[in-house]
Amino acid sequence: MHNPAIGGRAPLGEDIFRWLCLSAATLLLAILAGVVVSLAIGGWPAFAKFGLGFLTSSTWNPVSDIYGAAGPIVGTLVTSFLSLAIALPLAIGVAVFLTEFAPARIARPIAVAIELLAGIPSIVYGMWGLFVFAPWFAENVQQPLANSVTPGSLMDTLTQGIPNGANIFTASIILAIMILPYMAAVFRELLLTVPAQVREAGYGIGCTSFEVTARISIPYVRTGVLGVIMLGLGRALGETMAVTFIIGNAHGFPKSLFDSGSTIASTIANEFAEASSDMHSAALIALGLVLFFITFGVLALARLLLARSMR
Amino acid sequence: MTRMTARARRRSIINTIFVTACGLTAVIALGALALIGWSLLTKGIGGINGDLFTMSQPAPGSRGGLLNAITGSVILCLLAMIFAVVIGVLAGTWLSEYGGRTKLGHAVRFLNDVLLSAPSILIGLFVYELLVRNVVGHFSALAGSVALAILAVPIVTRTTEDILLLQPAALREAGMALGATRAFVVRKIVWRSAATGLLTAGLLGFARISGETAPLLFTSLGNQFFSVKLLQPIASLPTTIFQFALSAYEDWQRLAWAGALLIAASVLAINIAGRAIIHGKSS
Repeated sequence: MHNPAIGGRAPLGEDIFRWLCLSAATLLLAILAGVVVSLAIGGWPAFAKFGLGFLTSSTWNPVSDIYGAAGPIVGTLVTSFLSLAIALPLAIGVAVFLTEFAPARIARPIAVAIELLAGIPSIVYGMWGLFVFAPWFAENVQQPLANSVTPGSLMDTLTQGIPNGANIFTASIILAIMILPYMAAVFRELLLTVPAQVREAGYGIGCTSFEVTARISIPYVRTGVLGVIMLGLGRALGETMAVTFIIGNAHGFPKSLFDSGSTIASTIANEFAEASSDMHSAALIALGLVLFFITFGVLALARLLLARSMR
Repeated sequence: MTRMTARARRRSIINTIFVTACGLTAVIALGALALIGWSLLTKGIGGINGDLFTMSQPAPGSRGGLLNAITGSVILCLLAMIFAVVIGVLAGTWLSEYGGRTKLGHAVRFLNDVLLSAPSILIGLFVYELLVRNVVGHFSALAGSVALAILAVPIVTRTTEDILLLQPAALREAGMALGATRAFVVRKIVWRSAATGLLTAGLLGFARISGETAPLLFTSLGNQFFSVKLLQPIASLPTTIFQFALSAYEDWQRLAWAGALLIAASVLAINIAGRAIIHGKSS
């Protein structure tokens, strides 16, 4: 055994171990820095050639080697926010149901099941979307709608598109199903941090369950709720496989909700391994950098908000 | 008095609507997820047979299985977990035992949390730039496992830190009091008492990466033949499923469903095992 030198230098093994741990921790920082730097270097030719037009033009043409990313960027934002709008009320409802109304005997297994479902790989959701949901949607929603709306009305403009079920709207629904268990699980944990006395005080002065939830519990965890929203958004923005299967992979500006489109992640997944030219790869990497900045901002905000509210 | 009753009635009606709506959302959410599970089971179970585990992927229309993809996935994930556990446990140890409260510690913890949910496809691009384009020069199993490792490290780091912080301070003090060095205390006492927790950290990381597709598409690429070479492209379940599902051949699609069922079932099993270990320990 070592003889620790009292008041003197620590033995060599001590320093080495400490140094190893420290370098592992700093490696994490290095990885994140590496991601930014490599994407910036790899995407530089595209930014240099197209400038700001890379972000604003919606022409994505590998044949003539001209790339504008507005289509995928808009597709990413639209699908993410749409899926969030669908998933958020459901996630809140599920979490409130589990913490307030469901008897413990049911609540516990459902909560565990939801957490387990949050871990199912996204490719499974994507396959389900492609083979089960898209055909069903085309037959039972898209076609009847196309037959019944008045031509030229707002509804008609919104629902234009090839009736095959592969479009921005169905992609958003699949995304929503995917982020739902994750958001519900975090949201439930948040609601469990509301002290029982606070809620019971509400019931004690005669509040209904709705009033306790809407005026006491949710306001109590409000910064955390914003955090959950941001986390869900972060996942939706960067999700690749679930979307790639079902969004239709068209590069233009989406013209309606039922039009096929693309997201940044789905474009990279589809084209990167078979990029036709150096400029094509550079444009895809530049897309990656755009996605990085969007998600990094959203995720950093999410973590700050969650940290503030959990503490 | 009558005004109060009207108000009370309105509150009670709103409350009933709210309770029903919450119950309904739970039914919708669980229903959607159950539907997915049901399709997975009914479409996947038909493809689960002996061939699946003993034969490599077929040409469309002939007999075959997913042996090359399964082997590839196991190699990729195991290699990734070796990298991830070494780095993650050391980083988590540093956060919990050494520098967790310093400025650097806070920065590492924060960026680790961001990395935890960073889009996996960007990690794939990063590893492509680093290993495929530069160091190795072509697609390889090694690049794939490095990409997966980067996805697993944040989970292992986070779980390790949480678990080490749960170990009582008295344990460390007792070791120090006997004259052991800090490093010795950490390795022989803290790690040992947290062993099952560290195993769970590894399992959670493993579950996270075993279904990842996006980062493999342009790192390990995929391989239609059986291969175990680390510096060559290698098949993996997720990339094979992706390719087969989007193909026009029905037997390939059937294999894709069987593979998806296989992945989902193993991820579930790993997660359940991880939970069972924690639960068994705490009760």
